[in-house]
Amino acid sequence: MTPEERLAETVRVEGRRVLATLIRTVGSLAVAEDAVQDAVLAALASWPRTGVPDDPRAWLTVTARRKAYDVLRREAARPAKEVAAGQDLPVLAPDPAEEVVEMEPESAVRDDLLRLLFTCCHPALRREAQVALALRTLAGLEVPAIARAFLVPEATMAKRLVRARQKIAAARIPYRVPSDAELPERLPAVLAVVHLIATEGHAPSTGDGVVRVDLETEALRLARLVAELMPGEPEVLSLLALLLLTQARRPARTDAGGRPVLLADQDRSRWDRAAIREGVARLAEAVRRSGGVAGPYQLQAHLAACHSTAPSWADTDWDRIVGLYDLVLTLGPNPAVALNRAVAVGHRDGPAAALAALDADPIRTHLWHAARADALTGLGWTADARAELVAAIELAPTAPDRRLLADRLAGL
Amino acid sequence: MALYAMMLYYPADEYWTTPGQIGFSEEYTEFGKAAADVIRGGKALHGPETATTITVVGGPGGDVVTTDGPYAEAKEVLGGFYLIEADDLDEATRWAAQIPAAWRGKVEVRPVFEMGTLPA
Repeated sequence: MTPEERLAETVRVEGRRVLATLIRTVGSLAVAEDAVQDAVLAALASWPRTGVPDDPRAWLTVTARRKAYDVLRREAARPAKEVAAGQDLPVLAPDPAEEVVEMEPESAVRDDLLRLLFTCCHPALRREAQVALALRTLAGLEVPAIARAFLVPEATMAKRLVRARQKIAAARIPYRVPSDAELPERLPAVLAVVHLIATEGHAPSTGDGVVRVDLETEALRLARLVAELMPGEPEVLSLLALLLLTQARRPARTDAGGRPVLLADQDRSRWDRAAIREGVARLAEAVRRSGGVAGPYQLQAHLAACHSTAPSWADTDWDRIVGLYDLVLTLGPNPAVALNRAVAVGHRDGPAAALAALDADPIRTHLWHAARADALTGLGWTADARAELVAAIELAPTAPDRRLLADRLAGL
Repeated sequence: MALYAMMLYYPADEYWTTPGQIGFSEEYTEFGKAAADVIRGGKALHGPETATTITVVGGPGGDVVTTDGPYAEAKEVLGGFYLIEADDLDEATRWAAQIPAAWRGKVEVRPVFEMGTLPA
């Protein structure tokens, strides 16, 4: 490995740990982020000359800390009116000469990461800012990559991140893990952010791709991190299981030409068996720990497991799937779930039952029209099915969706 | 410690001076007692019908335009404020949730800008 490759590796594996610890030490997210960035630049300049240090993480930590204290010292030296609000923190910067190269114990680093996660997902930040901050600070994605992921201009994403950091500083959003009493209301935001990143990766809302591997990978990494930090939480385990079971199908979700392949038509031998095994095991653990009360992610993980462990589309346990959808719907109205339930009813009871279930649902999306086209085809009403597919193509949001629907229309 | 402004908004037709409003003063007395150690200031305001909006047109020294009424007509109107000291936003939020306006209307929490500093 070249020094540049070692650096990239260190940043990828250790970057967020270095950052999380530094935020606690210097008390400011913005200063800590800039300092880590500066330390990486310094490494880029010196490692190719001096060689990679024995402990690259320690090197980055110490350098970043020194850079952060430099900034804070300069802030303190400037006239008061120029000092940035919320950065009125340590004036007592230690002398770098006295600095001890002492790494934080593993448990402290884990706590710091957990703090960072809860700060990013604080309810005082709007969801889009929570997601952007989590991707930037915890997944280590660069601003251009986050901007691409959410299809907004880079300047817009940069501004969004700056505003979020300013609010954290000015309003003093704490860098702290919520108490056990607060946890039930705070954990869902963390899980929602991770799930949102995964969903955007699994089924991009816009763009030309069938799947965004980068977002799916980051979401899985974050889910693993949360599961590692809070091993006892059943909903955390369930979310991890859901992601594993869903992403296991990725190799079969596109054909050689990059076109989407429906679940019914996928080559199941291409599914990632190891991921499915792990997903099933995590789900079993979640069930054990949840004491008989399944949360929303557990229900979704059960659904994913039903599909990912079925030997074939025909041998899928549709009765269980309908039952699980019924349970999900007891948690509140959910148009996407109602639609999937209607489709599952069709597989269990035939196309007439699917049609009845679909017509009871007032939400008319491209997926609804496509599902209705399937039911009509099953009943032999081809002309009506065609009309539904035409309506579906008109409403479909992405090019791959439209191509898939056009293929079905051509095949009728 | 940081200072937070808590701005109390009420539905325009359930303003605290609206006749027939019950329990206001009891609820505020209770909050005042509970938060005595952290309240650094605050006042209730006369209703929006007593408001006058001033604009100086054309820069300092320009024409003073006086308009009857609040700056913005809204369904929920500012009815008062507190200045409350808290360690961080979580603590400020806990206090805000105890202000009667939080269930009678809404409470907006904002960090107070310390003079002599600029935003980051």
